[in-house]
Parts: sequence; structure tokens; C-alpha cells
Amino acid sequence: MFLLLPFDSLVVNLLGISITVLFTLLLVFIIVPAIFGVSFGIRKVYMKTLLKIFQWATLRIERGAKEKNHPLYKPYVNGIIAKEPTSLEEEIKEIRRSGSGKALDTPEFELSDIFYFCRKGIETIMDDEVTKRFSAEELESWNLLSRTNYNFQYISLRLTVLWGLGVLIRYCFLLPLRIALAFTGISLLVTGTTVVGYLPNGRCKDFLSKHVHLMCYRICVRALTAIITYHDRQNRPRNGGICVANHTSPIDVIILASDGYYAMVGQIHGGLMGVIQRAMVKACPHVWFERSEVKDRHLVARRLTEHVQDKSKLPILIFPEGTCINNTSVMMFKKGSFEIGATVYPVAIKYDPQFGDAFWNSSKYGMVTYLLRMMTSWAIVCSVWYLPPMTRQPEEDAVQFANRVKSAIARQGGLVDLLWDGGLKREKVKDAFKEEQQKLYSKMIVGSHEDRSRS
Amino acid sequence: LSREDFQRIPELAINPLGDRIINAFFPEGEDQVNFRGFMRTLAHFRPIEDNEKIKDQNGPEPLNSRSNKLHFAFRLYDLDKDDKISRDELLQVLRMMVGVNISDEQLGSIADRTIQEADQDGDSAISFAEFVKVLEKVDVEQKMSIRFLH
Repeated sequence: MFLLLPFDSLVVNLLGISITVLFTLLLVFIIVPAIFGVSFGIRKVYMKTLLKIFQWATLRIERGAKEKNHPLYKPYVNGIIAKEPTSLEEEIKEIRRSGSGKALDTPEFELSDIFYFCRKGIETIMDDEVTKRFSAEELESWNLLSRTNYNFQYISLRLTVLWGLGVLIRYCFLLPLRIALAFTGISLLVTGTTVVGYLPNGRCKDFLSKHVHLMCYRICVRALTAIITYHDRQNRPRNGGICVANHTSPIDVIILASDGYYAMVGQIHGGLMGVIQRAMVKACPHVWFERSEVKDRHLVARRLTEHVQDKSKLPILIFPEGTCINNTSVMMFKKGSFEIGATVYPVAIKYDPQFGDAFWNSSKYGMVTYLLRMMTSWAIVCSVWYLPPMTRQPEEDAVQFANRVKSAIARQGGLVDLLWDGGLKREKVKDAFKEEQQKLYSKMIVGSHEDRSRS
Repeated sequence: LSREDFQRIPELAINPLGDRIINAFFPEGEDQVNFRGFMRTLAHFRPIEDNEKIKDQNGPEPLNSRSNKLHFAFRLYDLDKDDKISRDELLQVLRMMVGVNISDEQLGSIADRTIQEADQDGDSAISFAEFVKVLEKVDVEQKMSIRFLH
């Protein structure tokens, strides 16, 4: 018993010293630069080393698979079947042309028309454009996380050792570090904004609130080890405008807000999020909605318009897709935010999935699981492009304007531009689309009757 | 897989014949299809390769032969699976394809004309042999095949 006591105090001493050392390191290398917006460049070096290791690992797997003659699973980015992008009319005409020798300018019904619908239907069963946007993108080379490896077999000792080392580093070293940082960041945000909220309204309050927000977002960015490259910073959103971006995860907010000052829009949540929201509102005006108000589009539009017209208020940050998409495409933008008539500043965000997939599959993972996954990936690497501002032209309506902005974002980010609604993740498609297809086909057959009645 | 799983694919749900295609996967009276059944149906759409035409003349026909592809299409029309396409069945399928855009009389006359042209034994219905005859010039192999990329 007595022998343990000095040993005990030794252990306690060691523990105390190591924690102090850790905290000083934390402070010096991470928090202080975050406050001033400077970076040591540690993360860039980290990223380069990781890339080299990943390339080696992929080569090793391919070599191992060839040696053992195992079939390799290669994910295809562009789909697994060969599709021809022809329209309904062209396809049906072609079928009829090969079938009968009749003149083609008298449209009528043929039994062979069914082949077109049949084939199109089966093609969509095999590989369609919409449902694959709601699950994580598949990588072409392995990034040493077992969650993205589809060839999970024992290939070589070195590879397994490397993977094991990776697990150790990620869970035992990076994870506690990141949690500590996140904790610091959030608590600073809440306390900072509450303190600033007590000051009287004026330039001093605005200045302080901006900087408190910025500082805390920067700490959070380091908490996720996010390596962000900003392009075209001269196009950053200004007061009285609306900033729209494609949505991949809740982290988008942190990424954008650490480089500019925004007013947020969203539903009031309970719990920790609610506390954060209430604190942020004290320092500068954000637009938070009650859950019941979200359904009333006019109320929402009115509040947004009021906010936008006040030139002293910060630009609003909105994600018009309405839900998280897996960063390979941009889906339909909801027209509500485009009806307001303010200047729109589009922003394109593209993540590099090799270091950590940021997509939040909300039907598969809850928020806490998602954050844990984020914090145990290698890093979050992304590029942000600020596009030049756009305004609604007099001859286009809100939907056309929304589509124009969407195409610009998709082009810049290298994403596929889809017309489908992100809400299809959870709901069924509207019958109106089916009726459109039916109308198109019936034109092909009815046309013949119009001709006949004329002759 | 159940029918609801198929209906969740948006591009299939807007296909006018989506329900008929989904039906083709499920064997008589069952509501679930397993992977084997799924594969069997999809195998109809494998492209026909040249060397396959030569071998296996005596064995059972492969699932993706021209005749089997035509049979698949025939089954899409033949709603009650009696191996004949009656006027009513043709009308129903036509109605699915055009929605509400064409009147009943017009549709009826289209159906009548089609049966008239195809029917050879005078029973006012299209049997499988008559179906094959009508479509003998159509390039079924190419139109009903889906190629995988690799």
C-alpha cells in the first residue's frame, strides 16, 4: 500500500505535466493563429504527406490484387451502363424506321414503340441519375480508411501496418485534439457573443461581434482540420445581398463563415444548437424561424426582404437545395430566395473526397455520429469559389433565374447540373412529370389524326 | 426487393409504362423479388454477341436471344398473361402511354387499326407469332440491349 503512494504521485505529476504541455502546444500552434488569422502551414505539409501515402497504398493494392488474381472493384464515376442521350421522338422514329418501310412523316402508333419505354425503364433501374446522389461518392483510390475500402482483404503486411498506424493516429491523437478544439471554439462563441450582446448598439458592437464570430469559426475550422482554398476573393458577398451555395453538409456554414461575415438563416433547434443560436442573435441579427413559420413561405420571404433591405445588416447565407447532396451534382434550387429581388452572390463549394467525405447522409447517420466521422477522417479538404454577383433580369422569372445561378455554380465546381428536386430523397416524385412524358408521346400519335381530318 | 423500392426511383416513376416494367420483375403472385430473380429479368437485356449465335444450338435458348427479348415486350402488353393481346389489353396499355391527352374513340380506332394490320388468323387478338411477324424487321437486338461499361 505504502509503496504505491510515491508511485501514485509520480503518475499524477507526469499526467499534470503532459496535460500542461499539450495545452500550451494547443494554444501556441492553433488557437493564437486562429485569433489573428495566420497559419503556420502545418496542415499543407500534412496534406502533401498523406497524398503520397495514399498513392503508394493504391498501387500496392492493385499489385496485390493482380498477383492473387482477385477481381478488382473499380467504381465508375460516370455510371455503369452506356447510355445514349436521345429524345423520345428520335428514338421512336429510329425504331419505326428499321421496322417498317412506311413513310415517316405520318405519325401513327406502332407495336414497336414499346421498346423505347421498356429500355428506358430498365436503364433507370440499373443506374439512374437521382438516387445515386444521395449516398456517398465512391473513390477511385483508397485513402486508408476502412469505411471507403471495397477490396478489404489482406494484401501485404506493410499496408496493414500502415492502416493500423493510421487508425492509431486518427483515434488516439487527432480525435481528442479535435474534440478539445471544438469544445473551446463553441464555448468561446457562446460566451463571446453573449458578452458582446450587452454592449449598446453601434459601430463598436458590430466590429467586436464580427471578430468574435470570425475567431470562433476559425477555431472550429482547425478543429476539423479543414484545409480550405478560397478563389476569387474579390467577389465576396457584401451587405444587402444574398449568398447562395451548394449544400453538402452542415460544415459548409463553418467553412464559408470563417472567411466572411454572414447572417444565418435557419430553424430554431433545441439543445446545444438552440443555445448557440440564441447567443449569436444577441451579438448581431440573424434570421431564425420557429418551426411553424417555416411552412408559411410568405412570412419567410417577408422577413428575408426586410433583412436584405437594411443595408447595415450582413449578407444572408442560404442553401437553396434544401437538403444535403453528395457533392457530385447540384440539384434543383428552391425559388423562394430568388424571388426577393436582391443581388445574389453564388458560391461553389467542392470537397476533395480523398481525405474525408464530408457528405451528411442524414437518413443513415445522426448528427453526433456524423461529427465523429468527420473528426476521425484525415482532414476535410475543399475549394471555395466566389462567383461574380448576379441579379434577376427583367424578362426572366424566379425559376429561370434560379436555374441560371445553379448552372453557374455547377460549371465552376465541376458538378453535374440536374433538374431534379433534392426533396426526392424523402418523397415520391410528382405525377406532373409523368403526364409530361405522356403528352409528348401522344403528340406523336395524335398528329396522325389531325393530318387525316385535314385530308 | 418490393414494388415500393422500385417506385422510389424517380426516373422510373415518371416512365408511363413504369408499373408494367416493375411487374415484369415479379413472378406470378409474389410481392418480393430476390437477387436471382432480379438478375434473370435483367439478363434479357444483355447484348447479343456474335459467337453466341453459333454455339449451343441444341441447348436451351439463352435469356437474351431475340425471341426472348420479343417475349419480354409481348408480356408488357399481355396483361392477363393468356399469350394473346386482346383489344382491351391493347387499349389499356395505350391509355397508360398517352395519359388523358387522347379521347377514347381515337384510342379505340388506333387499337382497332393495329390489330387489323397484325392479325392473320382472324381472332381479333395478337398472338405471339403474329407479334413476331409484325416486328421482324425491327432491330430488336440493338434496341432492347444495354451495354455495361468496362
